[in-house]
Amino acid sequence: MNKKSTQSTMLFPYVLWLALFVFAPLLLLIYQSLLNIDGQFTIENIVTYFTSATYITMTIQSFIFAGFITAVTLLVSYPAAYVLTRTEHKELWRMLLILPTWINILLKAYAFIGILSQSGPVNEFLETIGIGHQQILFTNFSFILVATYIELPFMMMPIMNAINEIDPSLIKASHDLGANEWETLRNIIIPLSMNGVRSGIQAVFIPSLSLFMLTRLIGGNRVITLGTAIEQHFLVTQNWGMGSTIGIVLVVLMFIVMKLTNNTPTRKRGGR
Amino acid sequence: MTETIVTFEKVRKEYDESTVLKEVSFQLEKGKFYTLLGPSGCGKTTILNLIAGFTEATVGNVLIDGKKVNEIPAHKRKVNTVFQDYALFPHMNVFDNVAFGLRMKKTPKAEIKTKVEEALGMVRLKEFANRSIVGMSGGQKQRVAIARALVNEPEVLLLDEPLSALDLKLRTDMQYELSELQKRLGITFLFVTHDQEEALAMSDEIFVMQDGAIVQKGTPNDIYDEPLNRYVAEFIGESNIVEGHMVSDYRVAFAGYEFDCIDGGIPSSETIDVIIRPEDLEITSADKGKFVAKVDTQLFRGVHYEIILYDQEGNEWMVHSTKKAKEGSTVGIDFDGASIHVMRKNESEADFYKRLDTYTEILEG
Ligand SMILES: Nc1ncnc2c1ncn2[C@@H]1O[C@H](COP(=O)(O)OP(=O)(O)O)[C@@H](O)[C@H]1O
Ligand SMILES: [Mg+2]
Repeated sequence: MNKKSTQSTMLFPYVLWLALFVFAPLLLLIYQSLLNIDGQFTIENIVTYFTSATYITMTIQSFIFAGFITAVTLLVSYPAAYVLTRTEHKELWRMLLILPTWINILLKAYAFIGILSQSGPVNEFLETIGIGHQQILFTNFSFILVATYIELPFMMMPIMNAINEIDPSLIKASHDLGANEWETLRNIIIPLSMNGVRSGIQAVFIPSLSLFMLTRLIGGNRVITLGTAIEQHFLVTQNWGMGSTIGIVLVVLMFIVMKLTNNTPTRKRGGR
Repeated sequence: MTETIVTFEKVRKEYDESTVLKEVSFQLEKGKFYTLLGPSGCGKTTILNLIAGFTEATVGNVLIDGKKVNEIPAHKRKVNTVFQDYALFPHMNVFDNVAFGLRMKKTPKAEIKTKVEEALGMVRLKEFANRSIVGMSGGQKQRVAIARALVNEPEVLLLDEPLSALDLKLRTDMQYELSELQKRLGITFLFVTHDQEEALAMSDEIFVMQDGAIVQKGTPNDIYDEPLNRYVAEFIGESNIVEGHMVSDYRVAFAGYEFDCIDGGIPSSETIDVIIRPEDLEITSADKGKFVAKVDTQLFRGVHYEIILYDQEGNEWMVHSTKKAKEGSTVGIDFDGASIHVMRKNESEADFYKRLDTYTEILEG
C-alpha cells in the first residue's frame, strides 16, 4: 500500500465522524431553522430573533454572564497557575486539578445544591457566626460561583502549560537584567503565556454561552442563557425552527469569539 | 595597580548529596579576560550561577567588589550574563531586548535610546533595532545578547559558552570581536568554554577545571607550556605524553634513553609523565636523532603533516612537520632538551609553581 492510500484509510473514521456528527447536524440545523412551527419554508425565525426584545436581551444576558464567568475564572486561575508552576510538586497539583473534571457535571451540581441549600453547611456556618440564613441557591451569585468552579480547570490547565513552556533561561535573563519577581511576571511571563490565556478564554467563554443545566439547577431558571432557550424550544414549546435558529446564532457567535481570541495582533512592536 | 572584582573564598556547592564544586577559591582582577575551561559537567556554569546570583553557595563566600553577596538576589547584582542559548525575549524586538535592563533601572527614555543605539553599534547591529528576534541568525542573536548585557555597563560580564552554537567561521570572527570589545571597554570578562583553542586565543588567564575543582590557573602560555599534569596537558592540546623516570635533577629517562632536561627538584627514580608538543619534535635520519622510531601513518593537515610514529618501547609519538615522511621507514626523532616538560603525578598547583620557580631560576641564573 502506498503512503497516500494508508493515510486516507487512517483518516476515514475521522472523516466519517465529521460527516455524521458535525456536518450533517449543522445542515439539519440550518434546514430546521428555515421551517416555521407549521413546517413551512420561511425566514420568519431569523427575523423574529433579531426583532424580538426578548431574544436580544437574552443574547446580551448570555454574553454578560459568560463574560463574567470567564473574567472571574481568569482572575482566580492566573495567579494560582503562576504559583503552582513554581511549586515543587507541579504534577501533583495538575492531577488534583484534573480530577474534578472527571466527575459528571450533574453530580457536581447536585453536590452544590446540598452545600448551598437552606439547611446546607454554608448556611449553618452563617447561622453560627451570627449572620443568619441567606438565600444562596437560585441566585446569580450561586450560578456564577458554581459555573466558575466547574470551568476553573479548563482555564488553569492551558495557562499552567503555557507558563511551564516558557524557557527558564528567559526568567533567569530577566533577573540578570535587573527585573524583580513582579517585573519579570509583568514583562516576560504574562506576555509569553498569552497563548494559554487565549486558549483558556475559548475553553471557558464558549461553553459558558450555552450552560443550561446549571441555570436550572443552581440559578433556579432566573438566569436564561441561549442554552436554556434552545432546550426550552426543543423540549417544551416544540418550536424546533426557533430552537435551530438560536443554535445557529450560537454557532456563529462561537466562531466570532474564536476568531477574536486567535488573531489578536501578534507581538511585533517598533521601538518606543 | 590591580583591583580585585570577584573573589571566591572556599566555595562549595552541593545539590542534594552530590558535590558539584569542592572548595573553589580564586580572584578575578578588574579589566581582565578570564576563561573557565573544562569538560561538560565539571561545574563551569555553577560558578557563573554563583556570581550572577542564580544559586547560592552551600559553604564559603562569594564577594563582588569586596562585599559579600551570598544573600543578594540576582537582580541587584552589577553583573550581567550572556547565555549559551542567547535567552532573548521572543516577544520583543531587538531594541526592546537591549533596552530591557535600562528600563528596569528606570533610565530616562532619551538616555535609553542613546545607550541602546551605542550598544547596537558596538556589535554592528545598528540597522536591526526594529527587527524581530524571530528569524535572526545565530550570530545576530549572539550579538544582540552581548549588546543586551553590555548596555548595562556591568562590572563583570559572564559568558556561558556563548560561541558553541555558531559555525567555525563565525566562531572565529566572534572570538576576535569579543577580545577586542573586552580590551576596549575594560570590563572583566569571565568566559566559559570547553574548547581549548578558544580559551588559548582569547584569555589573559585560564582556569582549567576538573570535577568541580580548579586544577590549574595561568596565562595561556603558562598552561600550554607547563601543564600541571597529564589531565591538563591532554585537555589543552595535542601532545605526546609518555611515562618515564627521573635520573637526577635535569636528567630524565624515557623511550629507552636518558636525556638532558630543565626540570629538577624531583626525587631520582620517581615515575613521572613526560610531555613534548608535536611541533617541538623534528624528524631526521635514523643516525642523527635522539631516538629512533618507525613511521606508522601520516595525515596532511593543510599547514603541516601529522605523522604518527612508534618508538622501540611501543610509545606512540605525534610529530607536526612541514616535510613528508615515508610510511614504514625508520627515522630519528630530534628535539631540544628545553621542550621536554616533566610532570609529577599528583603534584598540587602550588607545589608545582614553587618547584618551577626555583629550578628555572637556577637554570637561567
Ligand atoms: N539544579 C541542579 N540540581 C542538581 N544537579 C545539578 C544542578 N545544576 C547542575 N547540576 C550538576 O552539577 C554538575 C555541574 O554542572 P554545570 O556547572 O552545569 O557544569 P558545566 O557548565 O561545566 O557543564 C553537573 O553534574 C550537573 O549535573
Ligand atoms: Mg555549562
